[in-house]
Amino acid sequence: MQPGFFVEDTAFRTNVREFVRATLPVDLRHKVLAGGRLEKEDYLSWHRILFAQGWIAPNWPRVFGGCEWSPVQQHIFEEECALAGAPGIMPFGIRMVGPVIMKFGSAAQQQRFLPRILSGEDWWCQGYSEPGAGSDLASLRTRAERRGDHYIVNGQKTWTTLAQFADWIFCLVRTATSGRPQEGISFLLIDMRTKGVTVRPIIMLDGEHEINEVWFEDVEVPAANLVGEENKGWTYAKYLLGHERTGNAGVGQCKRWLAELKALAQHQPGNDGRPLADDARFRDRIARLEIDLMTLEVMNLRVLALEQERHAPGPEASMLKIMGSELQQALTETTMQALGHGAAPYPQPLTGRYLNFRKATIYAGSNEIQRNIIARHMLGF
Amino acid sequence: MYSFTGEQQQFRDSLQRLLREDYPFDRRRGIARSASGWSVETWRQLAEVGALALSLPEAHGGFGGGAMDTFLVMEECGRALLLEPYLSTIVLGAGTVARAGNEAQRAAILPAVGRGERQLALAHYEPGSRYALDAIACEARRDGAGWVLSGAKSWALNGATADQLIVSARTAKGPSLFLVDRTAAGVGVRDYPMYDARRAADLQLDRVHVAPDALLGEEGEAVPCVAAIIDTAIAALCAEAVGAMAILLETTGQYLKTRKQFGTPIGSFQVLQHRMADMLLETEAARSMALLAASRMAGAPPGERSRIVSAAKVRVAEAARHVGQQAVQLHGGVGVTDELPVSHYFRRLTLIEMAFGDVDYHLGRFGRHLFDTQPQ
Ligand SMILES: Cc1cc2nc3c(=O)[nH]c(=O)nc-3n(C[C@H](O)[C@H](O)[C@H](O)COP(=O)(O)OP(=O)(O)OC[C@H]3O[C@@H](n4cnc5c(N)ncnc54)[C@H](O)[C@@H]3O)c2cc1C
Repeated sequence: MQPGFFVEDTAFRTNVREFVRATLPVDLRHKVLAGGRLEKEDYLSWHRILFAQGWIAPNWPRVFGGCEWSPVQQHIFEEECALAGAPGIMPFGIRMVGPVIMKFGSAAQQQRFLPRILSGEDWWCQGYSEPGAGSDLASLRTRAERRGDHYIVNGQKTWTTLAQFADWIFCLVRTATSGRPQEGISFLLIDMRTKGVTVRPIIMLDGEHEINEVWFEDVEVPAANLVGEENKGWTYAKYLLGHERTGNAGVGQCKRWLAELKALAQHQPGNDGRPLADDARFRDRIARLEIDLMTLEVMNLRVLALEQERHAPGPEASMLKIMGSELQQALTETTMQALGHGAAPYPQPLTGRYLNFRKATIYAGSNEIQRNIIARHMLGF
Repeated sequence: MYSFTGEQQQFRDSLQRLLREDYPFDRRRGIARSASGWSVETWRQLAEVGALALSLPEAHGGFGGGAMDTFLVMEECGRALLLEPYLSTIVLGAGTVARAGNEAQRAAILPAVGRGERQLALAHYEPGSRYALDAIACEARRDGAGWVLSGAKSWALNGATADQLIVSARTAKGPSLFLVDRTAAGVGVRDYPMYDARRAADLQLDRVHVAPDALLGEEGEAVPCVAAIIDTAIAALCAEAVGAMAILLETTGQYLKTRKQFGTPIGSFQVLQHRMADMLLETEAARSMALLAASRMAGAPPGERSRIVSAAKVRVAEAARHVGQQAVQLHGGVGVTDELPVSHYFRRLTLIEMAFGDVDYHLGRFGRHLFDTQPQ
């Protein structure tokens, strides 16, 4: 009488743990654990190792080269990788555009793009947001005009994560201006090397280059790169956002951060000279974080199980997004505070992480927008 | 999400139907005002559908159910805001007998409990103990082959209507458990209503003589036994709280869709929608932890069990406070009246928040072992 999702798959966990221990390059592991900024090649080297093992797409069906793992297995895999200090798998191909192409793309698109997503040959980025279209994404204005067997794209995307590494960008573009704003949007795949595409860096509050502006000036895109039907892009876009949100819980990463915080508290002196770990007030703060993490973990498993049952993400993913991002922020904040004045020197990974993760409640649909979604789709307002 | 077995679902449905039809809020109001504070008739119905015997051992007329079955019953108790002494008689009372009792004690007590013919109460806490489980001042002295008990007990849930009390008292070997008839000479019972309309009792034991076979379990072993039973009671209360929160969420949602101000349903105001979204989030967080606690109740070593139960209690208590307070707030003036069920759910959740240890207590218990396992 055990709920299915609490049953530990020990054999699977051991298998994953041993594989990660044997294959994760030591210097990469150290770089991740030290909180250093990762280069493109850092992400890709781990991506290729997982690809070679056939483990790069835990959530994909087998016919497309995925693992089709159970929710518990996906959860264990993520956790083991994160705890071991493996870099995260970039979501843009595996979690975002991949599922869209699988569900709505043509057979030709599936054959062309999916294998290269799996192998890591193509790095994708997400071209949704624009300066005038953030939360109100449907107001986007980047235009694509059909000319023969091409589209001509003009406009600007912004906040585009790691576009500086990208080979391809999947874009929401406006192909019609009549009717509701949602009805004139199409989903277009654009080669970043096409003439007229320009990437300009945006420096974030932690001093790092993680996001960009992407400009399009008379960019010619083959009509064959349109996913699904013209003007139906909004449906595909929303499907993708569901996948994005579930992926955002970041349970494994939170576990590693909590472990780091605990280790820090055990040697960081408190105000009476004894370790912070002996300070009742600080202990309570860590205890609360750990309890929130336990909660997030069970929530994550419940939502994954539900998605598997329904074969699609639902509004519950919004609950995960809120809980996950708020916990990430609480962990980064408490860790920085544990350093006392030691948090001040700049640059410094732990302070940098706190600064950087203010993003978590903004991206992938701000937490206010997630509450709107919950109110509308789960509570019927 | 977790799906219960077909059998469990059937059982839940029949229980839900029973409580929906036979336990409307007006009836509950009358029951709360009655002398005992709960209904013999409802208790008999619960016995008939098998709810009382569900978690009792098969050898003694039960169905051998586990903590997940208790979860299911308690969630329904929470939805119906049931006043009947399920927690005291079944979870605490029968749970202790099943765990610590010898064969004769189990055979004498458990089948009768399952049939709804006997009520039990655990009398463990004392006036000076607050939430601590090992602060037992009550004494049990040898008296020939039997024992004589003296001391004071507090907050024995449904103590005044129990046929038998399970009393912890200190012998030469340490805190031990004894079965005491409520009507035995020397037992003084002060019955009182709590703010959630349930009953508890404070007991005065004045040289109460009990027979040799009144000793329940090993002498000196009361504390670990009671700790285990109270952990199961906390897990059960977490499930009850989840049921109560789900009702508050439903009724508050409906209210927001019908109550109009400024010419529009107040549910059209985003600030209230976001409150509701947070209430849902809290309820689901609580449900996650309640499920976790129930699923780990059997099999986990005591330290791990207590750690998870404390985590669940902290999370559920905070959710219970949040959801209860917001439900009252979002109802406006009618939220603070006795007339609407809302305030009754709020009061029950407030009591659950503090029962068997509040947030500070459980945060402390959880935190005590925070650094035991070295980070991986
Ligand atoms: C680090 C980072 C990386 C990103 N990466 C990408 C990427 O790779 N690709 C991409 O396309 N986009 C990306 N984004 C963009 C992200 O999706 C948007 O920032 C987000 O949707 C919010 O839009 P905005 O910034 O225009 O804020 P606005 O929409 O202007 O919001 C401002 C504030 O108003 C609130 N608000 C807005 N509307 C409502 C409402 N209806 N109800 C209540 N509150 C509301 C918001 O919650 C927010 O607090 C990224 C953002 C960040 C910070």
